[in-house]
Amino acid sequence: MANITLTVNGKVHSIDVDPQMPLLWAIRDVIGLKGTKFGCGIAQCGACTVHLEGTPIRSCSFPVAGAAGKKITTIEGLSEKIDSAVQRAWIEQQVPQCGYCQSGQIMSAAALLKSKPNPTDADIDAAMAGNICRCGTYQRVKKAIHRAAELAK
Amino acid sequence: MKTTSSLDRRNFIRLSGLTGAALALGFRSFASDEVAEPVLYNMETVSESFGVTPFVIIDKTGLITIMNPKPEMGQGTFQSVPSLIAEELEVAIDKVIIKQTGGEAAYGQQTAGGSSSVRTGYMQLRKTGAAAREMLITAASQIWQVPVTECYAENAMVIHKPSGKKLGYGELVETASKLPVPQSPVLKKAEDFKILGKSVDRPDIPLKVSGKAIFGIDADVPGMVYASVERCPVFGSKLVSYDDKGALAVKGVLQVIKSERVYGKNKYEGIAVIADNYWSALQGRKALKIVWDYQGFDTFNSKAYEQSLRDQSKEEGLVAHSVGDFDKAYVETGHKLEAFYETPMVSHSPMEPMNCTVQWHDANTVEVWVSTQGPAIIKREISQTQGIAPENIKVNVLFNGGGFGRRLAGDFANEAAGIAKVVGKPVKVIWTREDDTQMGPFRPMTYSAMKGALSPDGKVVAFQHKVISPSIGATQNAKYDKTKVDKTMVEGISEQKYEFPNMKNAFVLSETHIPLAPWRSVTSSTLAFAHECFIDELAIQAKKDPLAFRLELMSKESDARKVLLKIKEFSKWDQPLPKGWGRGVAQYEFFAGLAAHVVEVSRQANGSVKVEKVYCVIDLGTVVNPDNVKAQVEGAVVMGITAAVKDGIIFEKGKSVQTNFQNNKMLRINEMPKVEVLILADGGPVIKGVGEPGLPPVAPALANAVFAATGKRIRRLPMDLTKLI
Repeated sequence: MANITLTVNGKVHSIDVDPQMPLLWAIRDVIGLKGTKFGCGIAQCGACTVHLEGTPIRSCSFPVAGAAGKKITTIEGLSEKIDSAVQRAWIEQQVPQCGYCQSGQIMSAAALLKSKPNPTDADIDAAMAGNICRCGTYQRVKKAIHRAAELAK
Repeated sequence: MKTTSSLDRRNFIRLSGLTGAALALGFRSFASDEVAEPVLYNMETVSESFGVTPFVIIDKTGLITIMNPKPEMGQGTFQSVPSLIAEELEVAIDKVIIKQTGGEAAYGQQTAGGSSSVRTGYMQLRKTGAAAREMLITAASQIWQVPVTECYAENAMVIHKPSGKKLGYGELVETASKLPVPQSPVLKKAEDFKILGKSVDRPDIPLKVSGKAIFGIDADVPGMVYASVERCPVFGSKLVSYDDKGALAVKGVLQVIKSERVYGKNKYEGIAVIADNYWSALQGRKALKIVWDYQGFDTFNSKAYEQSLRDQSKEEGLVAHSVGDFDKAYVETGHKLEAFYETPMVSHSPMEPMNCTVQWHDANTVEVWVSTQGPAIIKREISQTQGIAPENIKVNVLFNGGGFGRRLAGDFANEAAGIAKVVGKPVKVIWTREDDTQMGPFRPMTYSAMKGALSPDGKVVAFQHKVISPSIGATQNAKYDKTKVDKTMVEGISEQKYEFPNMKNAFVLSETHIPLAPWRSVTSSTLAFAHECFIDELAIQAKKDPLAFRLELMSKESDARKVLLKIKEFSKWDQPLPKGWGRGVAQYEFFAGLAAHVVEVSRQANGSVKVEKVYCVIDLGTVVNPDNVKAQVEGAVVMGITAAVKDGIIFEKGKSVQTNFQNNKMLRINEMPKVEVLILADGGPVIKGVGEPGLPPVAPALANAVFAATGKRIRRLPMDLTKLI
């Protein structure tokens, strides 16, 4: 166990956990933000995607110690112009079905749009292939990302 | 307005916890198979015997609560079901509070399955909303001393047309609650609908794009501890001994106990590691040393089991359906065709792994927080396994992170209830993805022995579909009757609208100890593959266009014929495709509904086949939310392609080789074809389902397209699209 300082959505948390505990469980069960989801535990499905210093990472396979002192953003902390454009586009296109994977989808999409404001279909495929959706919302995810790109302009 | 004098103001009660009088309406039963007249509760009686069970509650502040009896698992019941009340009540769906029911007996059937939620509730829920609306209008007319006919309802208000006076529903509750309940309220005409039939935004979506939607796994109960359970991946094993020293040495681990998961007739032992956080529970679980006695089940493997199914195909089986004299016609007809089709077991793999949070309030009272398709199922199973009365079990139904049939089972909940009882604290049990993938229950595989005979002019004279498969019912139910045809396992094969003069369908049961469960579109998900590919084979043999051949086999008017004609037009079937492309068609009609798809594929330079486009026609009769229907069919296509081209569940040494998404792969966004959906909703007498019918035609339409593009006939799933050419 160790004292680790995490900055999540701009708020500083000092937590006492096993340094090897995946960031996911620290965010969900210690800090109490439940929007980030557990899907596979091995970085295969993307449901747990959060931003670490703006880069999307799979928090289920990222030791909490590695995030100490760095800026973490979760679905609850999306606040920039691009973020809200993504969320608005997601509502406009009625993307989610069960919704469980959608926090991860949105975090991956927001990161994509920050690096590529006008992504092509191929860019979207490459950036979003790590996010599984069993409900099959992929067609809408793609449309919503294009729409978010417009909304963010 | 018709009223029944025997029903009086006793139908309304003062609900504790609400502000003063409240108008609360419900009906007696949410019948699963027929639309019954609504019977409005005598609320005093109901509240005494069952607790309060209204479907709509309007309090004096104007707050409107609509109870949703159908769990939301992505299929959209959080919008579609409350909309049936909201439409008639004249209130926007985003202006009401929607609450999930918790399996209370008085709410009747509350299971989301079989694509049944809207079609079974359609008339009853509308009548409930209409009755409330009529009472509110009458109340306003009495207050204003004006004729009822001069008043109408809109936006949760009653308006006096000549004067423009308005009263909000909250202001009318007190007067309305003294009125008799109309037993035959006048329903709105379809042309006046503001919600039904419109692509209304789903009220759960804003919650789901902001991380605010609460799923079962998000349940937060004060004092809660966490559990992870080690179960034997070899089904049928017995626990010999275990050593928990290593587990107990892990920081955060509180306790290690034995557990039991009950699934149907089977009981599966486990060792539950309890910890103050989930990560510690997982670490503790890894440190367990367990000795299992496999009871010989570690010799079970898919290769041998599949061969046993092939061997069993020589058996006659039980006749499921017979028309004319198949045996005679088949022998006497010169042009015969036989084919054998094989499909795999697959996992459900909803994105939210199984989980359940349980708190025992005392020795006889338990509260559960869970993602489930059926709260009454959870109640029944906990009642049976824990020996407490169902009314002492409170089930909090949270958003389901996918269901697909997996959450029709209560195994994960009855196991959690047993664990929490021993621990004496609220416990959240979370399955790992590996648990979810390996522990079943699975969709059964079905093998199909097909026979057909063609006359010289290319007409089908004789047809046979013999299903050889394990049975969902046999693995669940100790009283399963092997002497009867298992109707679930021959689902739809005798109900297609093809006119075969001689047909004999049959079922051969294969025994297995592997736990099985319905999977989205149940057995139609596999049987349609054999059925509709074989129809294609017959068409090719008869040298006819596959779609024209199907239409020839359906000479009489039917919904299926109508759907085929529509998919022909919608998919531009008669227009040529680019070089290297091929298209295939399939339709399937079963208990949940009816759809037809055309799939287009292309040959790629690297030797693979790409799924380019899927056209879908779904026949509904009546549609509640067209955009959501399209979403459901888009999703069914993804799930259907996944099951057709990705990993099935394969057993070696008694356990599933597949463990997680790295070897139990799912379709991803880069593999997604374009999907176009057309809804047929011409107001027919039967309302058909939405969630499942889009699935069965996917695999056969894809395989038929692969044949058209490559000449290769796929008779075994999964097919590997990268190695087809």
